[in-house]
Amino acid sequence: MNAPLPGPLADNPSLDRWVSFPSPGKVGIFTGRVELGQGVLTAMAQIAADELDVAMARIVLRSGDTELTPNEGYTAGSQSIQFGGVAMRQACADVRALFLNQAAKIIGCAPDELSVRDGAILRKDAATGQDYWTLAGAVNLAVQATGSGPRKPIADMTVIGGSSERLDLPDKIFGNAIFIHDMRLPGMVHARVVRQPNRGATIDAVDEKAILRAAKTPVQFVRHGSFLAILGDDETAVDLAATAAVDHVGWQNVEAPTAAQQEANWLLQRPAVDRIFGAPDEGNPQGRQRFEATYTRGYLAHASISPSCGLAEYRDGHLTVWTHCQGVYPLRAALAKTLGLEASAITVHHVQGSGCYGHNGADDAATDAAIIAMRMPGRPVRVRWRREEEFVYEPKTPAMIVKVRALVDDAGKPVDWTQEIWSPTHNNRPGAGGNLLGALALPNPPPEPPPNDVPESNGGGATRNGEPLYDIAAKRIVHHLVAETPVRTSALRGLGAMPNVFALECGIDELAERVGKDPVDYRLSIIADKRARAVIEKVAAMARWDAKAPGGAGHGRGIAFARYKNRAAYSAVVVELDVAEEIRLAHVWCATDAGLVINPDGAINQIEGGIIQSASWVLKEQVRFDNGVSSIDWETYPVLKFSEVPEIDIELINTKDEVPLGVGEVTAGPTAAAIGNAVSHALGARIRDLPLTRERIMAALLKE
Amino acid sequence: MTQEFKFTVNGKPVSVSLGNEETPLLNVLRNELGLMGTRFGCGLEQCGCCMVLIDGEPEKSCGKPVWSIAGKTVTTIEGLGSPERPHPLQQAFIDEQAGQCGYCLAGIVITAKALLDKNPSPTRAQIAAALDSNICRCGTHNRILRAVAKAAAQIRAGAGA
Repeated sequence: MNAPLPGPLADNPSLDRWVSFPSPGKVGIFTGRVELGQGVLTAMAQIAADELDVAMARIVLRSGDTELTPNEGYTAGSQSIQFGGVAMRQACADVRALFLNQAAKIIGCAPDELSVRDGAILRKDAATGQDYWTLAGAVNLAVQATGSGPRKPIADMTVIGGSSERLDLPDKIFGNAIFIHDMRLPGMVHARVVRQPNRGATIDAVDEKAILRAAKTPVQFVRHGSFLAILGDDETAVDLAATAAVDHVGWQNVEAPTAAQQEANWLLQRPAVDRIFGAPDEGNPQGRQRFEATYTRGYLAHASISPSCGLAEYRDGHLTVWTHCQGVYPLRAALAKTLGLEASAITVHHVQGSGCYGHNGADDAATDAAIIAMRMPGRPVRVRWRREEEFVYEPKTPAMIVKVRALVDDAGKPVDWTQEIWSPTHNNRPGAGGNLLGALALPNPPPEPPPNDVPESNGGGATRNGEPLYDIAAKRIVHHLVAETPVRTSALRGLGAMPNVFALECGIDELAERVGKDPVDYRLSIIADKRARAVIEKVAAMARWDAKAPGGAGHGRGIAFARYKNRAAYSAVVVELDVAEEIRLAHVWCATDAGLVINPDGAINQIEGGIIQSASWVLKEQVRFDNGVSSIDWETYPVLKFSEVPEIDIELINTKDEVPLGVGEVTAGPTAAAIGNAVSHALGARIRDLPLTRERIMAALLKE
Repeated sequence: MTQEFKFTVNGKPVSVSLGNEETPLLNVLRNELGLMGTRFGCGLEQCGCCMVLIDGEPEKSCGKPVWSIAGKTVTTIEGLGSPERPHPLQQAFIDEQAGQCGYCLAGIVITAKALLDKNPSPTRAQIAAALDSNICRCGTHNRILRAVAKAAAQIRAGAGA
């Protein structure tokens, strides 16, 4: 009896969905995961090269394509290697076994006498004259995976565990056309959408003359309901027209988010879907000491460096869409619904965009292009959002309030923990029933989806990492899924993990402080999980953590830990910083256990990116509202600059484990909490609201 | 009414005919000359994705109307080097694997080139200060800083720049 197939392989069991031998010397590898700047394609090529025993250079990768690749849903949640990579590895192992069986038949020997070297079949290390390509005609890969192909032992891996160079970087460094923004199709028209300000807003009047005057070069209008687009051959004219149109298109039923709605505390007053799960709440019969603290975070933007872009062409009854979204199959299904087409009449190809870090405007830009393309058959349409459009209309990650309540025993250790969370949804992806923006402006817009969030079986949305990994006898989560939000909200790197880990890891530090314990020692005294202990101990050693280091004089250190989703990678982070009027990060250390690491340099790159992005969120970022979203560019939504980035040391441990654990989001929470704890150490005062602005620092100092 | 604009791009004279003399240089490079390495990021001269050298100075091309470029010399990322003959900066970015999504990289390499042309031995802080004209959202800053320092050392040691 074989072990069950890895999930994505069970969902797409035909082996020809994963591997092909298209021409002599070449291996086709198909993955449903897409490159978002995280290096996943390089890692997939490494997995395939090692498991098939071929050189990396032989691999031709195709990814995220409804015509070619397996349907692996979304490239999200740090699951590409942990699940998609494991599936790829098994698919390749199954394929290799089929070829060895076929070779054994031809040669007249047992399959286990054979091995593979760069695609050539060897018998006891001697050439047999057979290779994958001589055998390919006789091996049918349109068969179901069995999971019986023996996977190569980790100790024998030669490509996995090595830092292969990223396959996509040279094109980016030499300035080649690799991004979706660089696509130019014959006869293509440039388009911009005049965005509907909110669901239910309708176009009142369009001053076409004023818009045409601004364009200086002729442009066309396409209108369908309250969906209005401006098109032309000259991108400059289309941009000028679209910018002018903001002031020359009148709307009715406009609702704009207000300044009061900007802060997390606004969520407390709203209708919500309430759930409680975990250990029953028995109150406090033994009269234990209580600890309670409330932490908040505002709305954040993905703030991808490039605004979203999509291309579409409707020709001979078939719609072809090019997108940088995270899930081509879910987008295809949502487009079919929006446009009244069969899914089989739509092809969606992934093309790289800039880093998205979650659900940004990519799906919507592709939808815009598709809506326009349907109305002008035979002409490829390219929509590129304006910078302001991306900031205003991308789904925001929700503001959150997290209240932690603990009962503490006589030794000062928590024995009962409640994490109470107020948050709008973290999942408005089209695959989860979320609406595509363009669809809302069409006649007969789809209804508002019912409130829902990522289920705990998939790591949770607002509840993600809401449960401490520490040894606490009774733990529970109270979740208020806030149903009404001033802006559309959806997934950003880590979802609820960042605010939850910020709250609980700052809370743990506050508990340690109450009993005068060192934060590292205190954590180690309440956690048995060996891998958790190992990363905490490792980072403390890396940072030369000194339990007696004095704080309170503007210089501080903090530590925090999390295991992402309590089932992916483990990470502990130490931050050293200085606080005057503003916070200056000096140094960050991080120890991570991601189990089997396919590409150590790639993993470190992701971990470091996560640290810097989280530091940027914590120190600088909040989407502001003022009669509309008022964070509209890089001046009104500043992010961390080169001169503000600290030195960072990262070490990976336990890298030869059999099982890889997702690493892309693991540092979001620990970095935020380690900064919070270091600021508290530096100031002798705790700030529980993010971002840690100058005003909040001054207020905390005055309170002392 | 179209007008003709003449300038030099990557060592070659070019001539483009445009109806709008305010057309940004960025759009001319990408849409008229097919040079896609210079990226659109904001169109507001804030992010640096569209950085080019104009007469040797780093400039954000999204805010440079084409009329202002007439007679000038423009260098884009494509003019720095190629996989066969990489500029030391490009080689150092590959050596350091200094990129995640890579959308910002062309502009960053150009900014770094302008810095090294003026200051062949910059400190980490000086490199960072120069690159504050560019935004990296993925968090690749430290690798980029290391790559620029490495390229500077290699240029000082005689690598062709």
